[in-house]
Amino acid sequence: MNKIIKYVLYDIVRNKIIVAYTLFLLLLSIGLFNLGGSPEKGLLSLLNLVLLTVPLISIVFGTTHFYNSYEFMELLVSQPIKRSKIFMSEYWGVSLSLSGAFVIGVGIPVLLFAPSATGLYLVLTGVFITFIFVALAFLASVVTRDKAKGIGIALLLWFYFALIYDGLVLFILYSFADYPLEYATLALTAMNPVDLGRVMVLLNLDISAMMGYTGALYKSIFGSMWGIGIALVVMVLWVLVPVLASRRAFKRRDV
Amino acid sequence: MIAIENLCKTYGKLTVLKDLTVRFGGGRVVSVIGPNGSGKTTMSKCILGMVLPDSGDIKMDGESVLKKYAYRSQIGYMPQIGKYPENMKIRQVIDMIRDIRKDVKTIDEELIGLYGLKAMYEKRMGSLSGGTKQKVSAALAFMFDPQVLILDEPTAGLDPISAEILKCKILKEKKKGKLILITSHIMSEVEEVADEVMCLVDGSLRFHETIASIKQHTNEERLSRAIAKIMNEED
Repeated sequence: MNKIIKYVLYDIVRNKIIVAYTLFLLLLSIGLFNLGGSPEKGLLSLLNLVLLTVPLISIVFGTTHFYNSYEFMELLVSQPIKRSKIFMSEYWGVSLSLSGAFVIGVGIPVLLFAPSATGLYLVLTGVFITFIFVALAFLASVVTRDKAKGIGIALLLWFYFALIYDGLVLFILYSFADYPLEYATLALTAMNPVDLGRVMVLLNLDISAMMGYTGALYKSIFGSMWGIGIALVVMVLWVLVPVLASRRAFKRRDV
Repeated sequence: MIAIENLCKTYGKLTVLKDLTVRFGGGRVVSVIGPNGSGKTTMSKCILGMVLPDSGDIKMDGESVLKKYAYRSQIGYMPQIGKYPENMKIRQVIDMIRDIRKDVKTIDEELIGLYGLKAMYEKRMGSLSGGTKQKVSAALAFMFDPQVLILDEPTAGLDPISAEILKCKILKEKKKGKLILITSHIMSEVEEVADEVMCLVDGSLRFHETIASIKQHTNEERLSRAIAKIMNEED
């Protein structure tokens, strides 16, 4: 598998978008840490921006890369290589390069300005979000052959997870405000990797004390090791389900 | 060497292959002919596992190839229109495929030499003309000394000299006992290199015979006329 990943990585590194992405993240994080007074504040603003931009860039880059690599994949499919191997090499190549850019662009400034467990969670969340949204991008790309449609689906997915979902959750919370919703909100959080990541990082910041009863419940769950463990398992599921679904579709389609 | 059994393939509502059964033996050049859209390329792609059939089976040396991949080391494929990553150079494409197929010991670089590809090694695939891409495809197809060669309209974009080089190469490989499948529309070329003609019409087999027997039972000297006669008879 490594051989094909090597060529995928080589192709990605050469087209310079990944370098621009790394520089963008570096500038963003260094800027935010220098703007706010405390490193905690810097982490908080960084979290909000990261949760908006990382999914968007991962999903758009993943989709365009998949369509642009069509010829490459077509060339390999007639060679004695398993289809799933070609697909997984593409997936690893894209996710590794994007999360590498994230670790350099956000991880290093966090290490310099706010070295803490919260910072570590932020980097971990970002890497997971990258893997998840590249997986969703590949899922969108195997659904249709039309590049414009594929990117459309990808953007819609981003829109849903980054913006619409929160609206839906708020709507549910207001409509059923008379009922005890603590565990329901917990389940709703797990249904969106972006929210899950946000909660995981927020609860390790001191401000979680201001989040009321639900916040206290979250704190008691995500504050403990097994709570974090479950959150990580859910994140892994968020990676595996779309990856396996799209790999299956890729194996069963005509080239 | 290759046996296709009751192969069916549909794209949505369009039926491309209808219950196709055919066998090919080694040491032969088989020409696959038929009108446009009769399923020639689809059949080749099915053998390669690029297109997955709805039903039926394809066997190579008695073993089904469906859902397998290792058998492709024995097939060299030259697509009708070669699609390559545009920003890779010729050298990089050839090196990459070689790197992936490291286990193959005998490397056949004859076509790279005859086509003078080494002089163009640093050109990007995206900047090449259709004919040069065809040359790269041909060189890659023959490179790993495969037992089966599938050439999809190999001479369509080539200049006469390059086409002649390719024909000589085909005949040379045939003598080594290989099976060579060629789809082509040019009857004179078919007559030159092929031993057998297989005709597909609307996804099913019209006939599959040796050139000699076709000429004999139609009483025609030229293959193109003989085939026209058969087609008219059956219509």
